Amino acid sequence: MKSFTYERPTSAAEAAAAVARTPNAKFIAGGTNLLDLMKLQIETPTHLVDVNGLGLDTIAATPEGGLRVGALVRNTDLAADARVRKDYAVLSRALLAGASGQLRNKATTAGNLLQRTRCPYFYDTAQACNKRAPGSGCSALDGVSRQLAVIGASEACIATHPGDMAVAMRVLDATVETIDAKGASRNIPIAEFHRLPGDRPEVDTTLAPGELITAVTLPKPLGGTHIYRKVRDRASYAYALVSVAAVVQPDGTGRAAFGGVAHKPWRVEAAEGAMAQGAKAVTAQAFAGAKPTHDNAYKLKLAERTLGAVLTEARA
Amino acid sequence: MKFDTPAGQNPIDQLKVVGKATDRIDGKYKTTGTAPYAYERHDVAANQAYGYVLGAGIDGKYKTTGTAPYAYERHDVAANQAYGYVLGAGIAKGRIRAIHSEAAKRAPGVLAIVTTLETPRLERGTMNAAYLFGGDRVQHYHQAIAVVVAETFEQARAAAFLVKVDYAPEAGKFDLATEAKGAPPAPGDSGEGSGGDGVERVGDFEGAFASAPMRFDETYTTADESHAMMEPHATVAAWDGDKVTLWTSNQMIGWGHGSMAKILGIPKENVRLDSPYVGGGFGGKLFVRADAVLAALGAKAARRPVKVALTRPLVANNTTHRPATIQRVRIGATEDGTITAIAHESTSGNLPDGDPETAVNQTKLLYAGANRMTAMKLAHLDLPEGNAMRAPGEAPGLMVLEVAMDEMAEKLGMDPVAFRIRNDTQTDPNKPDRKFSHRDLVGCLTRGAETFGWAKRNPKPGSVRDGHWLVGMGVAAAFRNNMVMKSGARVRLDAKGTVTVETDMTDIGTGSYTIIAQTAAEMMGVPLDRVVVRLGDSAFPVAAGSGGQWGANSSTSGVYAACVKLREAVAQRLGINSDDAVFVDGEVRSGNRAVPLGEAAQAGALTGEDSIEFGDLSKTYQQSTFGGHFVEVGVDVDTAEVRVRRMLAVCSAGRILNPKTARSQVIGGMTMGTGAALMEKLDVDTKRGFFANHDLAGYEVPVHADIPHQEVIFLDEVDPISSPMKAKGVGELGICGVGAAVANAVYNATGIRVRDYPITLDKLLDRMPEAA
Repeated sequence: MKSFTYERPTSAAEAAAAVARTPNAKFIAGGTNLLDLMKLQIETPTHLVDVNGLGLDTIAATPEGGLRVGALVRNTDLAADARVRKDYAVLSRALLAGASGQLRNKATTAGNLLQRTRCPYFYDTAQACNKRAPGSGCSALDGVSRQLAVIGASEACIATHPGDMAVAMRVLDATVETIDAKGASRNIPIAEFHRLPGDRPEVDTTLAPGELITAVTLPKPLGGTHIYRKVRDRASYAYALVSVAAVVQPDGTGRAAFGGVAHKPWRVEAAEGAMAQGAKAVTAQAFAGAKPTHDNAYKLKLAERTLGAVLTEARA
Repeated sequence: MKFDTPAGQNPIDQLKVVGKATDRIDGKYKTTGTAPYAYERHDVAANQAYGYVLGAGIDGKYKTTGTAPYAYERHDVAANQAYGYVLGAGIAKGRIRAIHSEAAKRAPGVLAIVTTLETPRLERGTMNAAYLFGGDRVQHYHQAIAVVVAETFEQARAAAFLVKVDYAPEAGKFDLATEAKGAPPAPGDSGEGSGGDGVERVGDFEGAFASAPMRFDETYTTADESHAMMEPHATVAAWDGDKVTLWTSNQMIGWGHGSMAKILGIPKENVRLDSPYVGGGFGGKLFVRADAVLAALGAKAARRPVKVALTRPLVANNTTHRPATIQRVRIGATEDGTITAIAHESTSGNLPDGDPETAVNQTKLLYAGANRMTAMKLAHLDLPEGNAMRAPGEAPGLMVLEVAMDEMAEKLGMDPVAFRIRNDTQTDPNKPDRKFSHRDLVGCLTRGAETFGWAKRNPKPGSVRDGHWLVGMGVAAAFRNNMVMKSGARVRLDAKGTVTVETDMTDIGTGSYTIIAQTAAEMMGVPLDRVVVRLGDSAFPVAAGSGGQWGANSSTSGVYAACVKLREAVAQRLGINSDDAVFVDGEVRSGNRAVPLGEAAQAGALTGEDSIEFGDLSKTYQQSTFGGHFVEVGVDVDTAEVRVRRMLAVCSAGRILNPKTARSQVIGGMTMGTGAALMEKLDVDTKRGFFANHDLAGYEVPVHADIPHQEVIFLDEVDPISSPMKAKGVGELGICGVGAAVANAVYNATGIRVRDYPITLDKLLDRMPEAA
């Protein structure tokens, strides 16, 4: 860990301004990912702006009939909220499928969206990784890639977004609310929040420098059956090989987003039109153009079969 | 005490204390944070500094990782401790041209930096293939190349990132499948009770196999595995003049003591090791590692006590691992299922001077058959060193042999339990005159089948469904040799009647403290709370140590021998004929006389010191332990996720000294074997030559949610040929064969036979039935 300075502002605008004006500054909330990365010198901020004192920790109904979730609402609290459990069960289930109880107690809504990839080469500073050290290359391309992306990747990076929560938010069409250094706020649809790696894999999201997430807004409830199915090598405390967040309506229509397959939660709305025809019809479209490696080609079949299991469960 | 005739009646047979399911006496310390692990021994030396070990990194990058490991706080052993941080090499093979450490030396808090370039290549310790430190050669990834010592751990780690290394990388060999093709036969010894010649033959395997009516021939692979113990390797080192003390985490104090003297080039009497609590080892701490060496070198350079823990990535790539294997099994049998020919060949890789994985060992002894062949081949690989991990040889060997037996049973149309029973043997198949000391594999299998409800298993694979689960049952035999090792102890009686046992035996979470206390209590006729046990100090008599499942039986036998001496001394002091003395209820009784035990020590403490030395009984008899594993799994019909539903092990392992600690060992083995069957695999980057998933997020071991109800039954037996305790080892029996039982259950559930382990879902998915 490199030495860093630290401040604890009391307003969101002040926090955003502090990061914007300080070179190499970062926000810190739960710290469940950032602190590990700092110890490994994968992240080397020289200034930390602690946002834990900003409030932003409530869940409130919106005039549109949805929920506004403060950026600092802990994963545990979000998963346990009665309104979330009733109307956005896919989100509650996704949260509970992630990490451990201890980590969920610390991890925040905004921080979870910003967690970085778990690609083993990103984590080993002796290895080439364009996401960690732009221009150094990608060891994963011809290395160990069983966990990595099958679609939307690039020659520069085949990392995945490792989270669960964001996949559920993607299927719910959540909106990420931010504030910038000038105090201006904007709303970013979750679909546009995470980036594909392209030739800038070091940039995970569309946030501007210093832009601070203040809330995530869920639109009014969709109804239907909410399922989050996470497939992994062990029963708990593991990243998804493939996950599916789905909301299925009684008539068989619905939505589905996939985790563990791309640099961002993967959802192809056009493919959802085929939902009533079954999983294969959906994944054939959703994963058109996929370029898996030898080691992770199984994910395409797994995605299809996992969605199949979800649709079976939804019908039951 | 020489043990060369079978044990007769002795005080242990009273079973007043021994054989009871006593809670671990160290348990309350380990669960309340009062059992200091090596890194926590803050009080043993003043002014401890921290060392951070560096491994090399390509193009001037450097490698560190760090989480504060829980063994790291032996704050009490030395005041003013500094911290050492180990830097591991960032290339797999080559030379180091230069190490630039000037910036690191100027960094805050840095006390000293010791680099491999300024250190001559150090001698190797006992049974290690890789060099731990010194010189410019990089033999494997994350080989230690420097230690940075600073006032705090964080300073040591931060400074380690400032060290720049210039490498001259060389091409290496990293892919076992490629290198296996030209691998020559190699003799080898696991150091843990299995080994042999490169090729061993009995009768005419090829002829008998060719003429057998029923033939089976398949090839399998097992993966590289990491010990992944909770406590990483950690040491606090302090010099006093030319004498060094290492408060460390080590399974084998005797080996480590000699190894450290050799590595440091100083007399053995100038080295002391102390390892009273060990947070898991599994074979990874049989040998001293870079933490101990670099704590010693760092402490010398900094003139301060220094503590060093290996970071989690260094556990995977700096230390040893269980090597991957490619194994071929051929079985020839008559139509009624009698084996006439059996061959088992295994190829593994290692660094030059490394041993092969002895995966064929059990096949020499487990089943009958007149014509036999076993072979080990060894490929040169430039990966980190392969060495012992819990049940080396048998764990991967039975993973394959016991699946092959399942496959052959199916081919024969026989129940797999019946096929194994048909081929049981009560004598060493290589030497028909040589009997097993005690062998009840048949009892394990029949009792297990009955208890588990084996009769309900549908032999037709893929035919049982429970909701979205395909359900199957599997069985496998467990087998592990019973090793006995010379083991010493000193037992002292004071005037209060307290019995203090001192031995350099270790407790690696196994229950050594408890069973040693039980043994001394039984022998001296006192309750457990009158016994104090002190372990792990090289100043104590040399014991068997913890490895090869020999520890419990051998070390308690050593305590037995020392207690026999102490009983004699007590009787003599009290003027009683020692043959007549009865030690019971805190008293020594003889005829009408009853004297409180402590009275014998009124005029001064009495001491008994002795070692148990084992004669030829292990040559005259084959001594082994046996078991039957029964497993039920569910396989998700859509995703092919495998989840274990029920497990049962029935064990035949002599007298069980403490059913609670023994059970804990067996269920731990079953858990570890489930990991090997379903998820544990060091992912080899065959281009860059290292294990890429070098942390506990990437190297997955079972979590609680993976392990269902586990049942263990110990058959009620004694083995007087093994030792005066009439016990045998159980510490590794639980892992032996259990993975095959899991794999056989997966086959029974799905009809899919996977021969490349672990069985992750990607290997099943293509062959799963069409989704609903």
